[in-house]
Amino acid sequence: MANGILVVVLPSRGALSPSSYELLGAGRVLADALKQPLLAAVVGGGAAALAADIAARGAEKVFAVEHASLANFTEEAYAKAAAAAAEKSGASRIVLPSTVAGRAVAARLAVLLKAGLATDVTEILSDGKVRRGYYGGNLIAEVEFKTSVAVLTVAPMTFPRAEPKGAAAPIEAVAFEPDASKSEFVSFKAEESREIDLGAAEKVVSGGFGLGGPDGFKLVFDLAHALGAAVGASRRAVDSGWIPYRHQVGLTGRTVRPKLYVAVGISGQIQHLAGMSSSSTIVAINSDKDCPLMQMASIAVQGEYSELLPLITGEIKNRKGAVATAA
Amino acid sequence: MALNIVVCVKSIPSSVNVGVDASGQPKIAGVPTALNPFDEFAVEEAVRLKERVPGSTATALTVGPDAAAEVLREAIARGVDGGVLVTGAEFEGGDSYATSLALSAALKKLHAEKPVSLVIFGKNTSDIGAGVVGTQTAAWLDWASASAIKKIDEINEQSATVTRMMEDGVDTVKLQLPACLSTVKEINEPRLPSLKGKMASKKAVFPKWTAADLGLQPAQVGAAGAGASVLKASLPPTRPAGLKVEGATAAEKASKLVDILVERKLI
Repeated sequence: MANGILVVVLPSRGALSPSSYELLGAGRVLADALKQPLLAAVVGGGAAALAADIAARGAEKVFAVEHASLANFTEEAYAKAAAAAAEKSGASRIVLPSTVAGRAVAARLAVLLKAGLATDVTEILSDGKVRRGYYGGNLIAEVEFKTSVAVLTVAPMTFPRAEPKGAAAPIEAVAFEPDASKSEFVSFKAEESREIDLGAAEKVVSGGFGLGGPDGFKLVFDLAHALGAAVGASRRAVDSGWIPYRHQVGLTGRTVRPKLYVAVGISGQIQHLAGMSSSSTIVAINSDKDCPLMQMASIAVQGEYSELLPLITGEIKNRKGAVATAA
Repeated sequence: MALNIVVCVKSIPSSVNVGVDASGQPKIAGVPTALNPFDEFAVEEAVRLKERVPGSTATALTVGPDAAAEVLREAIARGVDGGVLVTGAEFEGGDSYATSLALSAALKKLHAEKPVSLVIFGKNTSDIGAGVVGTQTAAWLDWASASAIKKIDEINEQSATVTRMMEDGVDTVKLQLPACLSTVKEINEPRLPSLKGKMASKKAVFPKWTAADLGLQPAQVGAAGAGASVLKASLPPTRPAGLKVEGATAAEKASKLVDILVERKLI
């Protein structure tokens, strides 16, 4: 009988992301719900060195899978390595992040382990069932697994980040012999701007068609920098060529769940709402007080963005400066 | 050199702004169906590969009821050569696990008839939206796969070099063919169906394959073969009524907004 909740941490470029700790947070909820031990596996380049960090955050045991073939992400090799850890652990539930890599590993693991799969999980119920949004966020599905082993990916910014607890769990290296690979990693080119990644951002400032042109995004970036926020955009702004696609929030872009979402000049087409309506606090800045986003916002500010944004950015900088001086 | 391309498509409700029906499931009865929007990019990429590598063919593949043949016609109108409909009551209610098994069995059959080079998928469907079927299909076949593909840099009969959009930048990955690619919207700008394509789509006749034709047992596919099931759908919690920031001047509004954000510990 499968027993244990295995959180699979996938380091990116040899480092852990804060979302790794959210996985442990989600794993803890599931472990308590099913009354099974919480286990973790670190799979990928630098796994052995990174396992110690994970081992201090509440798992009973940590498996580390490292191999030359795992230096960079490819789907088959990582999935087979994760499967080796899953089999070694004997776990009933495997928890992964809802990233490009996490989703692909989860997809392959489900087939390798003959396991049911639920992606983008936003809630874990006390009986182990899970909830996820579908139909563009218009509906929430309550999902039951029909298999003894199941795989899930958890939505970012949803579960608490596990803190270091002092006591370190034992770390076990898992032997992994890859098959002849059909995929070969060639190269990586970092995002030049090094802006904060949208999917894992605690704060997002997004601009829409109401900005009137690419220049409006300068003010959006200024406010984002003052807040320490990532920059998002509506589809119309992206389709107009004002900002690259990777910033797009919505049904055909990224889904975000930040603590603070500031929508500037975005009317709130249903496709956009699908990507951000789960944000904790939504601020809308728009000249049209009747547009859907102004209607659904937690805080609505009516006015011209070109006038308001520099004032808001200045006010934030002033107060941060005042705090810094006082301290 | 010629490629044999397959593009997997899905018929979904044309609007996902739906409620919950009496049985606790999405209220989609009577909602018109359409090609999944992300599949337009997958179809377009298949057609562009045909144009790039003369002599290549592209086939659309779907699992669904008889009416799902409409999305095959849509794909043909957009430039693919033909379609295959995997259909039968046994496929109803499948999740990504069961549906990817059905697709993989159909691909095996196509591959046996004429070796498949590349299978292209959209990013995800707009109804279920898991974004895993392409990778799961590759897993069943033990073929290479890559997701979030924004460009096919190079392709020949043996391999494809592709650009993958990661959270922190872009990867270049080389895959041995056959392989399954899940794409992102950035890969191209789909063209509208052509008149010639529309004419061809009207005349098109599709093979219909059942589970038995694919060597699958009814228990392996549809609801019976699913690894997970949706017990019920519900509406998301409604948001509490919002606050309107009032002020005589923009400066006053800006100051009040920052006050509220500080008070809520968001700054």
